[in-house]
Amino acid sequence: MGKTISEKILSEKAGRDARAGDVLVCEVDYAMATDGSAPMAIDYFNQMGGTRVFDPDRIVFVMDHYSSLSHRNTTELQARMRAFAAAHGVTIHEVGDGICHQLMVETGRTLPGGLFVGADSHSVTGGALNAFATGIGSSDLAATMICGRIWLKVPHTIKVVLTGRLGPGVYPKDIALALAGLVGADGATYQAIEFSGPASAELDLDGRLVLCNMSVEMGAKAGIFNADRNTIEYLRARTMAPFKPAEADADARYRRVITLDVSGLTPMIARPHKVDNVGGIDASIGIPIQMVFLGTCTGGRIQDFHQALRILETAGRIAPGVQLVVTPASREVEAELRRDGSLGRLAATGATILSPGCGSCCGTAGPIPADGANVVSTANRNFKARMGNGAASIYLASPAACAAAAATGFITDPREIEERLR
Amino acid sequence: MRIELEGKARLLGDDINTDYIISSGRKKETLDPDVLKRYLFEALDPSFAASVAPGDLLVAGRNFGCGSAMEVAVTVVLAAGIRAVLATGFSRTYYRNAINNGLIPIECDTAGIHEGDELRVVLDDEGITVTDLTLGNALPGLPLPGIMLEILSSGGLVPYFRVHHDFKT
Repeated sequence: MGKTISEKILSEKAGRDARAGDVLVCEVDYAMATDGSAPMAIDYFNQMGGTRVFDPDRIVFVMDHYSSLSHRNTTELQARMRAFAAAHGVTIHEVGDGICHQLMVETGRTLPGGLFVGADSHSVTGGALNAFATGIGSSDLAATMICGRIWLKVPHTIKVVLTGRLGPGVYPKDIALALAGLVGADGATYQAIEFSGPASAELDLDGRLVLCNMSVEMGAKAGIFNADRNTIEYLRARTMAPFKPAEADADARYRRVITLDVSGLTPMIARPHKVDNVGGIDASIGIPIQMVFLGTCTGGRIQDFHQALRILETAGRIAPGVQLVVTPASREVEAELRRDGSLGRLAATGATILSPGCGSCCGTAGPIPADGANVVSTANRNFKARMGNGAASIYLASPAACAAAAATGFITDPREIEERLR
Repeated sequence: MRIELEGKARLLGDDINTDYIISSGRKKETLDPDVLKRYLFEALDPSFAASVAPGDLLVAGRNFGCGSAMEVAVTVVLAAGIRAVLATGFSRTYYRNAINNGLIPIECDTAGIHEGDELRVVLDDEGITVTDLTLGNALPGLPLPGIMLEILSSGGLVPYFRVHHDFKT
């Protein structure tokens, strides 16, 4: 009987043949923590009697959840991270460098066939590069900082076969939302998702990152793509490190196979206050919107802003009464948007542009919505109070649909505006 | 190892995410669970925190602890004097964080439990048994993988690591 990608990677990292359900202790390639999780991890590290980290080059700290101005106490948390990083030689990304998940990809650290743990639930994002990447808490991260290992139960796998071609106005975010609706918020709990099929192969890296990022919104332990020419070209420009992609065997055993023909998808939206409360955007059209957020580890990459800008410039304005907040996922994304002129053009539409990081996504580092406000966001979660105000309602959609709402002041099918371009 | 708990059921719904347990925004103020416990479940019910008595047991539906992997969502529950959470299902990060801090996560069918029911939880080498003393019925819990039992019986990952300095295979 053949093996899934997860069975192969985790067997390799544990040095023994393993199957779904087996409990292993695996060698970790990289361990990552943010200013949201590292301070507690440092406390656990000290309480565990940690004196040195297993390998400072394989531990990465990222300050992304809190901007430098967000709160006096958070600057103190960041100071503790800097002190620990300096004492142990751990790599640190400063405030404004970007979101941890984007940085782990851009810096060429996330590699096919590798095992990556991050003390942040969206660490699953790295699966876009054929890694087994998963989220853990601060205590597990502390233990891994000490020994370089983690215990993992090899997950069963759901195979998601994507077929067909995305129609106009429909984007990878719409696939992710459609899957969240189909699978449900706990439909993939304790399981991995393998993305395959011709439409998966056609997605570029940015699109794959969106799907993997949102796999945790279905409860998944990991979301993984195959490595192909796109993957290898992306990495060749970023790292000299060797890697060995993991491919599922033809006779691998899956717990469930879901086939989705993406040709039939329309723009989707997740309504308050659950990510799996998903429907076609047509049923939500006309709902007034007061805040639009373009950014995050789901929707803060170059293509996302290009998508949004096309809509905003076609419409020619931001509707009165709408606050548009733009936050690039990383400094590299920001620099490219500046170089190609997008950043200036976004600013010219009237958007507020913040420095890279998590921003408004989780109410920690950017503008928060007002009482009673409806927000539409490119993010991955719409829980009540997620953006820092429990009296606001959050909708999730593609960057194009978010921009369409910014342009009109209410939820709008982005195809209506895109049609003017044709 | 044998852990025996008795307490009153505090009912919660499905998909209780970690931000509902404790808001990410509150983490900006402090990570001290003894302070944060004042805001336990504030997004769901601002009066909840004040009504919790030490020894109470949380009883939830599907997908408890989904969302962020933040560990204060476990330490704040323990600080409120709650030693176990019963749910139909947990997010994997919450489950791990719970074990690592000595909060007992129990997967069982919680549909029949009512608010205020007196519950008894017994965790030993045979497995986990929950008894609803008010209704007089037993609810079998799902067993924990061996390594989780060891971490839990050590009192959490900190004492486990102080002894072993590594994960034991």
